[in-house]
Amino acid sequence: MQWGSASEFFAMGGYGLYVWTSFIATALCMGWEVLALWRRRAAARAEQRAGLLGDTDETTA
Amino acid sequence: MSVNWSKYSAPQAFYPLAGRLIPWFAVVAVALMGVGLYMGFFVAPTDFQQGESYRIIFVHVPAAWMSMFLYVVMAVWAGIGLGLNARLSFMMAQAIAPTGAMFTFLALLTGAMWGKPTWGAWWVWDARLTSELILLFQYAGVMLLRTSIDDLRRADRSSAVFALVGVVNVPIIYYSVQWWNTLHQGASVSMSTGSKMAATMLMAMLIMTIAFWLYSIAVILARVRCIVVERDSLPVWDERSAVSQEVVEVR
Repeated sequence: MQWGSASEFFAMGGYGLYVWTSFIATALCMGWEVLALWRRRAAARAEQRAGLLGDTDETTA
Repeated sequence: MSVNWSKYSAPQAFYPLAGRLIPWFAVVAVALMGVGLYMGFFVAPTDFQQGESYRIIFVHVPAAWMSMFLYVVMAVWAGIGLGLNARLSFMMAQAIAPTGAMFTFLALLTGAMWGKPTWGAWWVWDARLTSELILLFQYAGVMLLRTSIDDLRRADRSSAVFALVGVVNVPIIYYSVQWWNTLHQGASVSMSTGSKMAATMLMAMLIMTIAFWLYSIAVILARVRCIVVERDSLPVWDERSAVSQEVVEVR
C-alpha cells in the first residue's frame, strides 16, 4: 500500500486529473451503455406488446 | 455429452439462452472489475518512471485490446453472415459495433489522458494513435452504413462487407509500434518475450481485461436480444407468449 492518506490517494502523485478523468469516463460510458440497453429493451418490448394488442383486437373484432 | 450447437443459430433458440447467460457474465464482470481496481490502485506499486499516471493503463490497455478484439469478432460474424446468409450472424455483428466503438473511444480518450503528462501532448499523429482513430471511423462507418440503407438485407450485407474489408487495419494497429518509429511505447506484454511489468501490475491489467471482456459479452448479448425483438424475428413462443400473457392480465 503506497497511500498515506485519502487525499494522497485522490491526488495520485499530482496526476489525479488525468487518472480520475480516465476512470470516471470509462465508468460513465459503461453505465450509459447499460442504461441505454435497458431502455432499448423496454421500448422494444412495449412496441411488441402494442403490436400483439393490435393483433388480438383485430381477431376479436 | 453432445450438444447440438447449430440449434442456437436460430434466434428463437438463442434468445432464451442469451437471457440466461447475461446475468452470469455481468456478475463475474463486476466482481473482477472490483478485484482489478483494488489491485490496480492498492496492490500494484508506483511506476519508477511514470509515477502514478501509469495507473491509467488499467483501463487504457483493456479498452484498446477490446477495441481491436471486438472488431475482429464483428468481422468474423459479418463473414459468417455473408457466407451462410445467417440472420443471427448479422445481428451479432450489428450488436458488437456500438460496444467496440465505445472501447475505441475510451482507448483514445484515456490515451490522451496518459499522453498529456507523459509526452506533453494530448494527441500526436503517430502510427498507433492514427490507426486507432481510423478504427473509430470504421466502427462509425459500419453503423452508419446500416442505418442509411432501408432494406434490411442490403443493409446487413453492405455493412458486413465494409466490416470485413476494414479488418486489415487491426494488424496495422497491433504492429504499428514495431513497423514504424512511433512515439507510442512498444508492447509491455508480448506473446514472444513475455512481460516487462511488475507481476502485480500485469495481474491487475489482465484481470481488468477479462472483466472488460465479460462485460462486452453481457452487453452484446443484451443488445442482440433487443435486435431480435426489434426485427420481429421471434415466432410465437417464450418471450412472445410471455408478452401476450401480460396482455391478458392487463385486460
